[in-house]
Amino acid sequence: MTAETDTPAPRALPDWLWYAGVPVAAVVWWLAYDNLIPFSEGVTSLLPVARDSHTGEAIAFFVYDVPKVLLLLTLIVFVTGVLRSWFSPERTRAILAGRRAIWGYPLAALLGVLTPFCSCSSVPLFIGFVSAGIPLGVTFSFLIAGPMVGPVGLGLLYGLVGWQVATIYLVFGFTIATVAGWVLGRFRLERYLQDWVRELNAGAVVDLPDQRLTLVDRLKIGVDQVREIVGKVWIWVVVGISIGALIHGYVPEAMMLAIMGGDAWWSVPAAVVVGVPMYTNAAGVIPIVEALLGKGAALGTVLAFMMSVIALSLPEMIILRQVLTLRLIAIFIAVVGAGILATGFLFNAIL
Amino acid sequence: MKSVKVYGPGCKRCETAETMVKAAAERLGIEVEVEKVTDPRSIAMAGVMSTPGISVDGKLVHAGGLPDAARLNEWLSA
Repeated sequence: MTAETDTPAPRALPDWLWYAGVPVAAVVWWLAYDNLIPFSEGVTSLLPVARDSHTGEAIAFFVYDVPKVLLLLTLIVFVTGVLRSWFSPERTRAILAGRRAIWGYPLAALLGVLTPFCSCSSVPLFIGFVSAGIPLGVTFSFLIAGPMVGPVGLGLLYGLVGWQVATIYLVFGFTIATVAGWVLGRFRLERYLQDWVRELNAGAVVDLPDQRLTLVDRLKIGVDQVREIVGKVWIWVVVGISIGALIHGYVPEAMMLAIMGGDAWWSVPAAVVVGVPMYTNAAGVIPIVEALLGKGAALGTVLAFMMSVIALSLPEMIILRQVLTLRLIAIFIAVVGAGILATGFLFNAIL
Repeated sequence: MKSVKVYGPGCKRCETAETMVKAAAERLGIEVEVEKVTDPRSIAMAGVMSTPGISVDGKLVHAGGLPDAARLNEWLSA
């Protein structure tokens, strides 16, 4: 709340300005994106370091990647913000509550990707699902798929590493979410919920008054999302790209091959162990992935690292601790971790 | 005196929602009592799945994301 406190119903911009502004912004975006290479090479050549030295390579990576990731991030967050305005957790719950059959798992994973929710909502969401009679396994499929196969991560992978890796990531992330949910469902884990969650009255379903949104409302949601998410995440982007730049400029390829190459079998579990406590997000970890792959690290190892950073974060577990017993959290980590390890080993074996 | 509840575990967005409610009430000259609900059990009991959620006089009017300023005025003055 800033300057708009004295008008009764602030409606900042007229509609036509939105319809005109979005195409103009798209053109500006495209021009900026199209000139990234001349821009970064120009900036690098101004510096008093040789372009082909270690420092020169690292700086060139940094100067190219920071604007690129921020541009991509802005576009992806805006587009998904607009698209996701058609989905809501309430609607998702209504769709899932009607299904118990095997199709519930992939459907939940799909809806997990499409439904907007921030990690601080995951507890109320979890309770809302379980209290509506949605099986625990299906709920887990939803909760795993959301962060793991998020559109932001996929879009950045596509932009920085290429469509092949983005597709592989999508297929395996989706498979892990579906299968892990199904496996967790087979364990009959309901008894490991915290007592009060099990006792919660299933009647707590509230219909919100129909919130019909106009196209301008949806565009506004997109802009709000950009302001909020990019505003929060940019620092992780800079940190991630700095690490990526150091790897790109200074780590010798021979060393990378020895640590994260396809021949070192232990590198996959090691990547998971290193990845879990790292608290960042897709936008921070993908520039690191880009640099690792560029130096010859094996794809399976890198995928395992990325998945464990994004899908098995410790802060997320601490949030879920409010509704799950330690035992259920341990089983959850074990099942998702096994899926990530299997993906890593599989790719290192076939590539 | 209207009683407004803001449901949210305490993230930035939930705090912003609370500030918005208070500012809107002041602007409209309506007396409100704003209560912040952070306990996950109470949030779930109210039927809120995506936070921040807002209820006015016991009726849930909003869940998920920041409320639209114009709609917030409608809820408060209804």
